[in-house]
Amino acid sequence: MKIQLDFGAVLSEWPLLLTGATWTVALTLIAVALGTLLGIACAWVRGRGMGAALVPWWLKAVVTAYVELIRNTPFIVQLFFIFFGLPAAGFKLSAEAASCIAMVINLGAYAAEIIRSGLEATPKGQIEAAQSLALSGRHIFWRVVLPPALRKVWPSLVSQIIIVMLGSSVCGQISTQELSYAADLIQSRNFRSFEAFIVVGCSYLLLSLGLRHVLNWAGARFLLGRR
Amino acid sequence: MVDFSIWDIVRNLLLALRWTVGLSLMAFIGGGAVGLALVLLRQSKSAIFNAIVSAYVQLFQGVPLLVQLFLAYYGLGLFGIDTAPWVAAGIGLTLYTSAFLCEIWRGCIASVPKGQWEASSSLALTFYEQMRYVVLPQALKIAVPPTVGFLVQVIKGTALASVIGFMELTKVGKTIANATFSPFLIFSCVALMYFVLCYPVSLYAQYLERKIHAHR
Repeated sequence: MKIQLDFGAVLSEWPLLLTGATWTVALTLIAVALGTLLGIACAWVRGRGMGAALVPWWLKAVVTAYVELIRNTPFIVQLFFIFFGLPAAGFKLSAEAASCIAMVINLGAYAAEIIRSGLEATPKGQIEAAQSLALSGRHIFWRVVLPPALRKVWPSLVSQIIIVMLGSSVCGQISTQELSYAADLIQSRNFRSFEAFIVVGCSYLLLSLGLRHVLNWAGARFLLGRR
Repeated sequence: MVDFSIWDIVRNLLLALRWTVGLSLMAFIGGGAVGLALVLLRQSKSAIFNAIVSAYVQLFQGVPLLVQLFLAYYGLGLFGIDTAPWVAAGIGLTLYTSAFLCEIWRGCIASVPKGQWEASSSLALTFYEQMRYVVLPQALKIAVPPTVGFLVQVIKGTALASVIGFMELTKVGKTIANATFSPFLIFSCVALMYFVLCYPVSLYAQYLERKIHAHR
């Protein structure tokens, strides 16, 4: 049996692919920006010696439960819970909003654990030195503890961000118009399903390589201060 | 609308959980076998094998599992192989798992000190003997915690098999949610079941990790 692949039929639908790629990138950027902040906040709450004195025990318990729950359930179930489950409880969300929220919550939990390991690697002497210079608690965290911690864990954080970007392919299942949704749409038009997913798979590969480059560059530029 | 009692829902979800566990084991065992073969190829001196294996790993780590599963599903059909969803899901997840385990184990082998290789080759051990008696036993010790940790990723990965129609926990949950119109309850149950399955494995991986570091 001879198999004939027809990539032209898929590539001629390039506007759909472009919209898809734009959505994938947009979702990822939102997730990175908000998810990292959420991760820093959670890491501050959970980290030993960080917010320990200021944070009530119940908040710590809530954050721990959040992190463990998200890390031990599949992203697709989280997404379905937010998109299908929450409207039943009175929160109606569009597919795009649900995707954003799910990705931010997902990355937040993983980033919290990664950043926490960086925070806990901070030598105690640095905090004591900062305290002896009469820096406020907020200053110590943002200026003394956080930057070196981020620098230390940046490679793991980059890997996690890429995993989340690839995970965004699941958002197509709730009709967010990202890249894998485009593949589904194209194959429903011309029945070239295998080719469509090969093209989209290659696009993801390129996006993940590109994203890794950009993030590594950004890490070196902003965290290490190299120009 | 179909009338489901709570017990009906839980019972059906538990029945579906068997398939999630089965698929996870299939992917983990198959992926482990393929991953081991790959990592041994990676250790050989041949530049071609090295390049092929690292491209393979790069490919499976850079393409979403969802797309891999679709490719397995439609691709096998294209070659005239009758694709039941479980076959496509099993093959897709096996390849995915093998790429990640290959990369994890490569790191473990690389962390065996170079002197061990040199010492064993000065004793005229062959590549096989070096691997079997010197390097792998040491690498195995550090490989266990991250491997157990990755099992959690595999279990979560099986949830994606629902998109190609494999009736595991997520798919059954979605089907029941459509029939009963109570998605909040059902997806909470589904999430809880995944959590009950994954959390002990996560804790065990953390425990193993701590045990290894305590020895140092």
